[in-house]
Amino acid sequence: MSSPEIAGGKGSGRPRVGLFATCLVDLFRPETGFAAARLIEAAGCDVDVPESQTCCGQPAYNSGDREDAKAIARQVVETFEGFDYVVVPSGSCAATLSRHYPELLADDPAFARRAEALAAKTFELTAFLYDVMGITKVKARFAGSVTYHDACSGLRELSIQKQPRELLQSVEGLTLTEMTDPDVCCGFGGTFCVKYPEISNAIVTKKAATIAASGAETLVAGDLGCLMNMAGKLSRDGRKVRARHVAEVLADMGEGPAIGEAK
Amino acid sequence: MSLHITSPAFKENAVDALANVDLQQALAHVERGFIHKRQAAVDALPEFEALRREAKAIKDHTLAHLDLYLEAFEENALKAGAEVHFAETAEDARQAVLEICRRVGAKTVTKGKSMISEEIGLNTFLEASDIVPVETDLGEYIIQLRGETPSHIIAPAVHVTRSQVEADFRRVHTHLDPERDLTEPVSLLSEARAALREKFLAADVGITGANFLVVETGSSVIVTNEGNGDLTQILPRVHIVIASLEKLVPNLEDVSTLLRVLARSATGQEMSVYTTFSTGPRRPGDPDGPEETHIVILDNGRSEMLADEYREMLRCIRCGACMNHCPVYHAIGGHAYGATYVGPMGAVLAPALFGLEHTANLPNASTFCGRCESVCPVGIPLPKLMRHWREREYERHLKPATERSGLALWAFLARRPKLYRLATRIGLAALSPFGRKGRFAWLPLAGGWTRHRDLPAPAAKSFVAQWKARS
Ligand code: SF4
Repeated sequence: MSSPEIAGGKGSGRPRVGLFATCLVDLFRPETGFAAARLIEAAGCDVDVPESQTCCGQPAYNSGDREDAKAIARQVVETFEGFDYVVVPSGSCAATLSRHYPELLADDPAFARRAEALAAKTFELTAFLYDVMGITKVKARFAGSVTYHDACSGLRELSIQKQPRELLQSVEGLTLTEMTDPDVCCGFGGTFCVKYPEISNAIVTKKAATIAASGAETLVAGDLGCLMNMAGKLSRDGRKVRARHVAEVLADMGEGPAIGEAK
Repeated sequence: MSLHITSPAFKENAVDALANVDLQQALAHVERGFIHKRQAAVDALPEFEALRREAKAIKDHTLAHLDLYLEAFEENALKAGAEVHFAETAEDARQAVLEICRRVGAKTVTKGKSMISEEIGLNTFLEASDIVPVETDLGEYIIQLRGETPSHIIAPAVHVTRSQVEADFRRVHTHLDPERDLTEPVSLLSEARAALREKFLAADVGITGANFLVVETGSSVIVTNEGNGDLTQILPRVHIVIASLEKLVPNLEDVSTLLRVLARSATGQEMSVYTTFSTGPRRPGDPDGPEETHIVILDNGRSEMLADEYREMLRCIRCGACMNHCPVYHAIGGHAYGATYVGPMGAVLAPALFGLEHTANLPNASTFCGRCESVCPVGIPLPKLMRHWREREYERHLKPATERSGLALWAFLARRPKLYRLATRIGLAALSPFGRKGRFAWLPLAGGWTRHRDLPAPAAKSFVAQWKARS
């Protein structure tokens, strides 16, 4: 099982994309994974979801556990290096693969170059669609107003800002309503939110208020961790704003239950 | 004498800070004031990015040749008539200052704003030696009245509201008319000025920090907005500069490049109101200036940083932009950090200066949002350096056991895909009956999360499993 199974379509001339769903999407929000797969296929690629994927290793890496982070990185390299592209519906996990693995594995002779090679073909979902595949419009409908939160890693490590907004603007029926300071952190920060819950809460409380003040009915973002944090706060505070991953809205899958709603 | 470090109680400090209404009111200014002003200044200068790269290169070059530059600085400062004292530790620096003060029989010293003075705990030390230190920067003056420490490296009293300052002034300046109007910030400033005027004239020694030490001229440079620093270094008979060794800059050209990014990053000003160069004591024919100039150059762990992965931190020019843009700093202010330096720069610097065992909370208390790095005028990768501290902490087993074991289990599974699939399948199945509402208001082991927000329920079946079943 652990050898990468490459999707059918070999020789079809279509790029073969390995979808790295991320552990949160895998466990909490399969809809996002299916939406991402649909978008990648619609962009003219073949998608495969290798079964041996787990987590990109951020919890270990950001907690100072470099050895485990390296072991996880090696395993991700092995799982995904056979694809033409690796696409990730998360800015922070994509940045882990593309910005941090090369540094993590730099002094591992067996993996240094492979990590570099993987980094070069790994992309966050909206950046892949817009920058790599040249997709500027999607075929989707979504009635209502949407506000977009720039998750930190995607924005600052991968410069993802324009791509999701341009794509969202192309969705029929959708109005994009910017919140103030969409680039300010939501207070998630991976393990930060459980290690320093009070500080995290202060940050997300402020964020939830700015989201609500935008007047938008739906919050979208490209990272499920941040979305779960903000959605959890919005619902705890009794605010009516719903939350979805940007992939779902772009893939015309914005009809089902939003994050945290009963299925 | 050691400095009072309260970082081990960081979490409790933070909880108190969040509940402190005055503090929260004061902190709102940080977010509103500094950020927009900096952005406007940056937008108005098309070459700002190029200047940042240049500033970074200047600092990197200087650090790479720091030994040579230190030698040359000493030589040029001596030529200008100043005396240079190298202090390896905080104690060495305190003793150097005390010796000078004792020799000239100083009773009162005036002080310009200096974070090095805070780092070495100079005020308490001088007081214990029967020398009265008087802070002359308005912010420093306020916190001295309040018996506090700075909560921000360039705006030391940013945590104090205007009405608190008014109350402090009424409490201390009892010789003034109790009916006087102090509602305008400017009236507070003039009252402080009047109070300080006498002190300036009475002081025997003036102590300032330095934003830069210029190698080619042996000068020290300070930037202020109140002019208090000038009076501190010109009026008394003796001027002592205390600065850490990374303040060296090769020449005046380089200083001007750094000045161009410093004020813009700090307060959004093109230049601070006063930029003062001082080179040695008064020369024959000079209208004013001190009779003696001493420059105390402090190491305090920095030469070790020069040799390890924290070297990049020594590029810091103390502009404060990183804390001004930090969501954690916005939430709790500076005092909660409890180790002189605050915000992202403090989270990297404090462990190097005061020991990781006392300050390990600081590099952990970051969301790694990266906004600090994105505004740092000298491109210090602050999140990366914080992560390096976490790695050292992990290696030295300083992390709490519960956190270690939770993470270890996750990492153990993440490295074993088959087991991971099995474990997550079981876990999801076990949770699914409880998450019917789509979210949890409470879940064992997730208390840190669910105390403040709902937790979206996990899927009944993982994406990978569903995908496999589909295809
Ligand atoms: S780390 Fe950078 S942003 Fe922070 S104070 Fe130093 S120079 Fe300024």
